[in-house]
Amino acid sequence: MYTEKRETKKRLLTYANAISEAHVQTMRNDPDCFIMGLGVTDYKGIFGTTISAFKRFGPKRVIETPASENALTGITIGASLTGKRPVLIHARNDFMFLALDQMINGASKWKYMYGGKSSVSFVIRGIIGKGWGQGPTHSQSIQSVFMHFPGLYIAMPSTPYDAKGFIVSSLSENVPCVIIEHRRLYDTFGDVPKKIYKSKFGKARVIKKGSDITLVATSIMAMEGVKAYIALKKMGISLEVIDPRSLRPLDKDTILRSVRKTGRLIVADTSWTTCGFSSEVAALASGETFKYLKSPIKRIGVADCPSPVSFKLEEKFYPTYKDIFIECCKMLNKTPDLGLIADPIIDSFKGPY
Amino acid sequence: MAAKNIDTVKKTLLREMLRIRMIEERIAEIYPRGEIRTPAHFSIGQEAVSVGVCAALGKDDWVFNSHRCHAGYLARGGSLSSMMAELFGRSTGVCGGKSGSAHLASPKINMYSAPILGALIPVGVGVGFSFAMDGKKNIAVVFFGDAAFEEGVCAESINFAVLKKVPVLFVCENNFFSSHTHIKYRQPAIPIYKRVKSYGIEALRVDGMDVMEVYKASARLVKKIRDGSGPLFMECTTYRFLEHVGPNFDFNNPYRTEKEVRMWMRRCPIARLRRRLLKDNTVTEKELESMAEKISLEIDGSLDYARKSPWPEDEDLLKDVY
Ligand SMILES: Cc1ncc(C[n+]2csc(CCOP(=O)(O)OP(=O)(O)O)c2C)c(N)n1
Repeated sequence: MYTEKRETKKRLLTYANAISEAHVQTMRNDPDCFIMGLGVTDYKGIFGTTISAFKRFGPKRVIETPASENALTGITIGASLTGKRPVLIHARNDFMFLALDQMINGASKWKYMYGGKSSVSFVIRGIIGKGWGQGPTHSQSIQSVFMHFPGLYIAMPSTPYDAKGFIVSSLSENVPCVIIEHRRLYDTFGDVPKKIYKSKFGKARVIKKGSDITLVATSIMAMEGVKAYIALKKMGISLEVIDPRSLRPLDKDTILRSVRKTGRLIVADTSWTTCGFSSEVAALASGETFKYLKSPIKRIGVADCPSPVSFKLEEKFYPTYKDIFIECCKMLNKTPDLGLIADPIIDSFKGPY
Repeated sequence: MAAKNIDTVKKTLLREMLRIRMIEERIAEIYPRGEIRTPAHFSIGQEAVSVGVCAALGKDDWVFNSHRCHAGYLARGGSLSSMMAELFGRSTGVCGGKSGSAHLASPKINMYSAPILGALIPVGVGVGFSFAMDGKKNIAVVFFGDAAFEEGVCAESINFAVLKKVPVLFVCENNFFSSHTHIKYRQPAIPIYKRVKSYGIEALRVDGMDVMEVYKASARLVKKIRDGSGPLFMECTTYRFLEHVGPNFDFNNPYRTEKEVRMWMRRCPIARLRRRLLKDNTVTEKELESMAEKISLEIDGSLDYARKSPWPEDEDLLKDVY
């Protein structure tokens, strides 16, 4: 918790504005940097993240495109080979499925298959949708798809700070980078320094220190983790919340150090558990910290079915801090005080999606 | 329908369009209340395309829609109550609360929709391909927007269909916008249908705000495909009156002028046909009134059905994955 004094020093920006600022600053610093995507010059500017850049740099550097995801990805590869720094944006990360060939068969192995003599450097932003019945094809979280293949960097910022910082660092890496943002974080506020700065790939962040259980939670689930931390504290349970931030490279050390300390691990992801980020972390921890573990590792993710539409089903589909809370209690053989999580979860999101 | 008296056809088409318009206007009216929680792309203004094409089809033909699918679903004869219940997220919805507005589908009437641009274009070609393998006379119709035409899979599908003479009618609903981006920023100036012509197939452009023109062209093309022509392509120029997604007008936004929207609204396919039919006494004001009244009652009934329908059960969540 921050003190009042620090509060006043903070420069609060929304996640969306932090992204917008990152685009403007990186484009100002590097004339080779440009943005492409469907709707980037639209007056709504990808939920407000490209409006300032478009105003400032115009249609030559903020470039509207046809709906042609795979070709656009190849085009960013080509542009990057000649020194450009393209940023390609998808209003939903689900649309990247149309670009997988260029992303996986092309970009991810470019450097390796050409003997290390040439490398691709682009940034692809894709946004996770959630709620208001966006349904099976518009609310998936597809980070594990990219994690599976060596050769891409993947970040999942959960704070405005990292939403900005990873755009800056992605543009300075000679590696194709994928940033998976979460639409439902867009309006959240956080401390964002005005200067240009980098969030480090391969460096996790311990959001809350704790001693009983380690929670590794991606993206919006890290925020749920903080809520669970607060409720658990009232039960005398001390949760350590780790936001991995960068899924590839993954900061194994921070995670393993924490598990060695607590002896218990829960992984919460925005996606399915099967073959997901949570499987990977669970496998890592059981392989490296087996003798420290005091209980089986648990994973929390969305239900094992496609995203439904009906909000009654959505309620059941998405995990929340309540699931983390209950899982933690179970792990410590404590009866959960349900009064602490009695608040109804009211999903007030109504778009724009 | 081709054999029927032309006045009856016109009346039927008018009724169909009016019904879809009134249904969508009612949905738009209640949408802000939050009972319907699913992103909805309204077809208001574009009804003539779905209605004109579907009127030329037989019940064993298959239809594929984009995300803007209410009109296609209804024109194809999809149940209104089941659609309403789907929009309300109820278990009685046409897909049990799992499709929402943008994935409306009813296998009973051979109709599917999907909101990933271009996703169903090859699927439609596959259905037609299968019909051809079996020597059937049925065809597949694929509706898609001008933006979906930009997807690689669209070109790939057309190429395959031409190569294999697949009985499929491609219908491009060109409303000039991909969300808020005009086609001039996305495609070369040469019209879509002209580009398709280079495959050596008949491709034409019709006024998608004139339901009779759409219907006549469709009837001719459908017959030609049934007679073995292989794929044909029809571009319908049309216009969406409301915002890209959602129930509101969006006059005061920078991507198009109110003047432009109003100009297209004056070309409203329903008002146009209505005027024509009144003028030549094919219908009377009174008939039209009673038509609207009946539709309105039907809509009341469907809303009532949706509201009274049960929510999906918890166990429905994991049902039908496999
Ligand atoms: C593969 C893919 N890319 C992007 C989108 C986002 N998107 C949804 S609707 C739309 C515009 C579609 O325009 P058009 O195909 O002309 O149909 P219209 O909405 O005008 O009816 C876009 C870009 C998508 N749904 N799928």
